[in-house]
Amino acid sequence: MRRDNARSLASTFTGYFILIFFALVFLYPFVIQIAASFKTESDAAAHPLSPIPDPVTMGGYEKVFLSTDLPLWLGNSLLVTVVITVGRVLLDSMAGYALARLRFPGRRAIFSTIIAMLAVPGVVLFIPKFLVLNQFGMYDSYTALILPVIADAAGVFIMKQFFESLPVSVEEAAKVDGAGVFRTYWSIVLPMARPALLTLTIISFQGSWNEFAHTLVAVQNPELFTLPRGLADLVSGSLGKGTQYPLKLGAALMATIPVAVVFVIFQRYFVRGANEGSEKG
Amino acid sequence: MTISKTRENLAGWLFVAPVVVILGLFMLAPILMALWVSLTDWNGQGSPFRGSVPFVGVDNYSRLFTEDGLARQDFMTSVRNNVYYVAIVVPLQTALALGLALVVNSRLLKGRTFFRAAFFFPSVTSSVAISVVFLFVFANSGAVNALLGLFGVDGPQWFADSRGVLHLLLGAVGVVDPAAPPEALTSGGPFGLSWWEWLSGPSVAMTTIIALVVWTTSGTFMLMFLAALQDIPVSLEEAAMLDGAGRRQVFRNVTLPMLKPTMFLVLTLGLISTWQVFDQVYVMSQGNPAKTTLTPAFLSYQTAFRSFEYGSGTAISFVLFAIIVVLTLVQRWVMRERRHA
Repeated sequence: MRRDNARSLASTFTGYFILIFFALVFLYPFVIQIAASFKTESDAAAHPLSPIPDPVTMGGYEKVFLSTDLPLWLGNSLLVTVVITVGRVLLDSMAGYALARLRFPGRRAIFSTIIAMLAVPGVVLFIPKFLVLNQFGMYDSYTALILPVIADAAGVFIMKQFFESLPVSVEEAAKVDGAGVFRTYWSIVLPMARPALLTLTIISFQGSWNEFAHTLVAVQNPELFTLPRGLADLVSGSLGKGTQYPLKLGAALMATIPVAVVFVIFQRYFVRGANEGSEKG
Repeated sequence: MTISKTRENLAGWLFVAPVVVILGLFMLAPILMALWVSLTDWNGQGSPFRGSVPFVGVDNYSRLFTEDGLARQDFMTSVRNNVYYVAIVVPLQTALALGLALVVNSRLLKGRTFFRAAFFFPSVTSSVAISVVFLFVFANSGAVNALLGLFGVDGPQWFADSRGVLHLLLGAVGVVDPAAPPEALTSGGPFGLSWWEWLSGPSVAMTTIIALVVWTTSGTFMLMFLAALQDIPVSLEEAAMLDGAGRRQVFRNVTLPMLKPTMFLVLTLGLISTWQVFDQVYVMSQGNPAKTTLTPAFLSYQTAFRSFEYGSGTAISFVLFAIIVVLTLVQRWVMRERRHA
């Protein structure tokens, strides 16, 4: 018995050691990022590991807000993210509902096509998407940033799975009472789907806020840059490599904060979203 | 057909119509258009469907495989880089994710929710923003080199170092001299790269991208393993323990088999995503130094949007598509074989 205790003590200790070590590995880069964004350039270069800026300066932030287009990028990101998220929640849930509950010809074919699209690797679509946007004269517009990604196969899949898990009885009662399909969907089913809608809202927000590759093939006008695009430009373009780290890290922090806040508040919905993937297999 | 039936059909179609139109317009149609473009020499001017756009047949594809030249050399270099990248990232991220899931799943430890969140957090943040952070962390005077300095190690200039890690290792153990590789290896090899070039391993610069990606993806996969671990009935493991099985035996004979579907999923998702690495390459290296972080995804982008060779770029993306599909099928087949054995 005593040996068991010693062993479990040892394994608890090892457990904590591993946890703390990896927590440092996973979080310390963010600590470094925050600290360095408040450092002077020479301090950032001389003491990259130090979590304390000495002296503390807002110089990086001043520069990034006043001498780059960061405010513009923030505005574009916000606009694009909100429209895409609202669109996805609405369109994906409508399609998911129809595929789960309505019987209409072609339903199966549509669902298998959507499943097949889940498997199409995104990078393969770079040039194809550009071709379509170009052909339709949408290239370099807000439409190009938003429309191609306003509905997504994964969201439809998540919503369909969820609607199938709901009991049919409530809808049937509504139907008996004479409610039409749209009314049933809007005032009965959607309110019941709140957890799934929240999951979808949050992963859509996160996905479109972080989206980079699509913006690369959809627009080239700097007026239309979103934050990730502007940030990438800032790092690889005008300012050159190796310098101005406080400024760049501050700008990167601006891209991280909204997702971080949403993450802290709605953690379990992120988790649900991540595990939605495991049900696909 | 009753009226209500007709109305249900109509409603069904109306409900799926927006999604069908958008996915059709921006996924299905583009793929077909791209297939056409990959057979032409379109330079991005005007429509690719005009008669004046030169049709070149499978030229864009054969230049990647059979014709001697820069196109093939770059493509094969990018394939080599990506093969090493996949071969390291996939096992590492899977092992790390599983290990973290096992620790975080332990009922004895407090603060599990915090640790889960900490490990998962990097996965939800912007890949571009994270790449900027890693540019700083791996800078010449960055945190990694400062840390190495504490142990008396003089860290490399990460992003400028194009030396292959395998070359360095072979050199370190004295098998070959990287400065003067053996004639037998440098004189020939498949697809326009010498055996020596194929055997370079990932470059030092590439290892920074590898570190970044393992770091960002492990959290997501950890959650998948965790969900699977929590589905294993506790009684099953306890029964095995009572039967006298040691911890390691329980893990190998009870836990691991139960995790198999998740393992398959994680490996498949890993294989698919590692062949698509793009954002990080774009931000951190643009394929440099000496093309050692060039990947097919980035090369396809570069060929189309920087060199305006859309036909060639599209052909690369279709080959990449094929690689991903084939690998997924092979993996599915391997896993099935084992299940029956």
